[in-house]
Amino acid sequence: MARIVIDPITRIEGHLKIETVVEDGVVKETRSTGNLFRGIELILRGRDPRDAQVITQRICGVCPQSHGVAAALNLDSAFGIADKIPDNARIIRNLIQGAHVAQDHILHFYHLAALDYVDVTDVAKYEGKDTELNSVKDFIARGELGPFVPRYEGDYRLPPEVNQQATAHYLQALEIRRIGHEMVSIFSGKIPHSVGIVPGGVTCTPTIDMMTSYLWKLRKIQDFINNVYIPDVLAVAGAYPDYCEIGAGCKNLLSYGAYDLERGGPDYAQRKRLYIPGVTSDDLKPGKLDISRITESVTHSWYENYAGGRHPSQGETKPKHGKDGAYSWVKAPRYNGKVHEVGPLARVAVNYAHGDAVTRGLVDSALAQLKAPPSVLFSVMGRHLARALCAKTVADSLEKWVLEVKPGEPVFFEYTIPEESTGVGLTEAARGALSHWIEIKDQKVANYQCVVPTTWNASPRDENGNPGPIEQAITGTKVKDKDNPFEIVRIVRSFDPCLACAIH
Amino acid sequence: MAKEIPLVWLAASGCTGCSISLLNSASPSIKNLLVDEVIPGVHINLRFHQTIMAGSGEQVIKALEDTAREKKGGYVLAVDGAIPAGDKAIYCVMGERGDKPVTMEARLEELARDALAVLAVGTCASFGGIPAAEPNPSGAQPVKQVLEAKGIKTPLINIPGCPPHPDWFVGTVASILLNGLPKAEDLDDNLRPLAFYGKLIHENCPRRAYFDEGKFAKKYGDEGCLYELGCKGPITYADCPTRRWNNGTNWVIGAGAPCQGCTQPEFPNLPCYQKLVDVELPVIGAYWTGEKEEK
Repeated sequence: MARIVIDPITRIEGHLKIETVVEDGVVKETRSTGNLFRGIELILRGRDPRDAQVITQRICGVCPQSHGVAAALNLDSAFGIADKIPDNARIIRNLIQGAHVAQDHILHFYHLAALDYVDVTDVAKYEGKDTELNSVKDFIARGELGPFVPRYEGDYRLPPEVNQQATAHYLQALEIRRIGHEMVSIFSGKIPHSVGIVPGGVTCTPTIDMMTSYLWKLRKIQDFINNVYIPDVLAVAGAYPDYCEIGAGCKNLLSYGAYDLERGGPDYAQRKRLYIPGVTSDDLKPGKLDISRITESVTHSWYENYAGGRHPSQGETKPKHGKDGAYSWVKAPRYNGKVHEVGPLARVAVNYAHGDAVTRGLVDSALAQLKAPPSVLFSVMGRHLARALCAKTVADSLEKWVLEVKPGEPVFFEYTIPEESTGVGLTEAARGALSHWIEIKDQKVANYQCVVPTTWNASPRDENGNPGPIEQAITGTKVKDKDNPFEIVRIVRSFDPCLACAIH
Repeated sequence: MAKEIPLVWLAASGCTGCSISLLNSASPSIKNLLVDEVIPGVHINLRFHQTIMAGSGEQVIKALEDTAREKKGGYVLAVDGAIPAGDKAIYCVMGERGDKPVTMEARLEELARDALAVLAVGTCASFGGIPAAEPNPSGAQPVKQVLEAKGIKTPLINIPGCPPHPDWFVGTVASILLNGLPKAEDLDDNLRPLAFYGKLIHENCPRRAYFDEGKFAKKYGDEGCLYELGCKGPITYADCPTRRWNNGTNWVIGAGAPCQGCTQPEFPNLPCYQKLVDVELPVIGAYWTGEKEEK
């Protein structure tokens, strides 16, 4: 029996430790530990409820925009104005969130995941005339290779010319994702931590030049997704076929849906959305989402115990580090008492299960290129592929939506803050299902709870001892070289974890 | 041969927003900063940054600890995030030593002592920021407070902002590479470089004329100064109005939203969307001198 401890897991957001017990080269047990607690839910108590939009974005600097949307939807519902948000505001919120998510997926594949598969040092052998690649060659020749070395060694499989091209794409992706942030900034002021989405609508005054600027930045993103990102994912999947077979995990998937397609009531699970709210599993049968079935357990988390799992509307956050049996700051959310994975794979699978034609077309065509059945989606490469397809679906939708903005029409609905109320906001962050819950008393925040994508995915065991999705995805995996445990970090990164989010 | 300047970046109690903002650097690009000689003859050698570095686990902790030992007095330490300290130091840990987690407070102490300079990146590292907001559930402290408690005298520069504009970080680093460490007169009382934090938002705000004449927006989309919607421009030092964000695309007030005062030690303890109270405001213009009523 050997113990493999990886702390920190790098190229993710935040502070994550993975600890495994390995026997005969196979992982027998996994523990996922979130290592930073801030207590943002506690900081919100007693504040003006509107501040949630500002404060909760700071849960995460990688996906602030999704928290801004979740907070605004939460406050819209608590203020009783969820059905009053002007169409212009609904569309502009989608434009802000969509641009952010598309660039986030690109960032994940190239800047967080790619170094697991791409050997940058092969650029030393580059003989061509590309200025950027030659500057990387010069960099390698100088001999100080941080941040690309040290790294795990012994399993880079792409031929030199493909590594060189992928390195060029890594650099190109830096520019492309920056342009994605510029799109957010057009309507939302700045990013990270933007200001444009507020309860009641949005703050900006849209104009034609903002729309056209957005459209032509978007075209660059779409071109990159179609001609670089998706082909690269398929190429990596082709070179690492064993990663189409490992890392499946719990196979239960949940999506809150996102991007409202029309004005709707406060029950976000019933709204008509680009991504359909729902659940499914590896049978790809459609299931309805019922948010009363969500619970969070803290049995193995560093919080004061309560019995069983608790609905987030009744949730509490009382830190207690060192508690017996606990090993993480992440709580353990469950749906219907069962472990569920959230994220791009869940969005794609739920839409697929519900018969969404665009999703079915994209998935079937990608699987045909890989000559693989739908079961391949439940794997490391399946998650990367689903993420790339999500980037495409969102980017292609933005192209239609940006022309639906109507300059001169209202973007904001006025409200008064109620003395007492409750609310919930549901959306999909890049990394999956995101919910915010509020209780208002005396026009102040009495309780605020967030159940965040990586809270689901990186969760520890629950009150019944069931391990979380990442833990399940690692356990049972064969690790070829315990000093270079590629399998473990590749599985973890396929979930695109964000620990600042998970714990908040 | 280019001179190599080792840089190590600690992510403490924060959100990675400061690093993502730095990724948005347009000219120089982040690639220019890390791969090329950012100033002719000088290359920044990023030894440790957990969000972008290739390796994981023990091997990267070794790279971190080796840098502190081998490059004593010659490396720059950047820190984002506040530092849970004292009996709550265990709330933020990274890496293990003899099977025991190492707190970020201990890492900061070890790395700051022998650094050439410490850059506190973002408002959490500079002033405590978000995690230190009332009631400060994790006992979070700014870098300065931790260094003082440990008697560490390494030069410290604060580069606040939630997040900071990438130019503020890049400009500060470029200035160190070209001219050496800043002198006392280059920094304000909060250790912020005056080059970027020398003027109030309010001084350069394009809506300033509305303020002086007493024309205030009452809701989003109205013409007028955003003062009554909670704008912190009158107390906030930063060059956002002229520099603008995301490659010059826009900025907060440009999107019709009130400034949140995110470069200030007060952030985020003031209510985000309520009018500033008990602050001294400039008294210029007919409205403020009492010659004219509000428009």
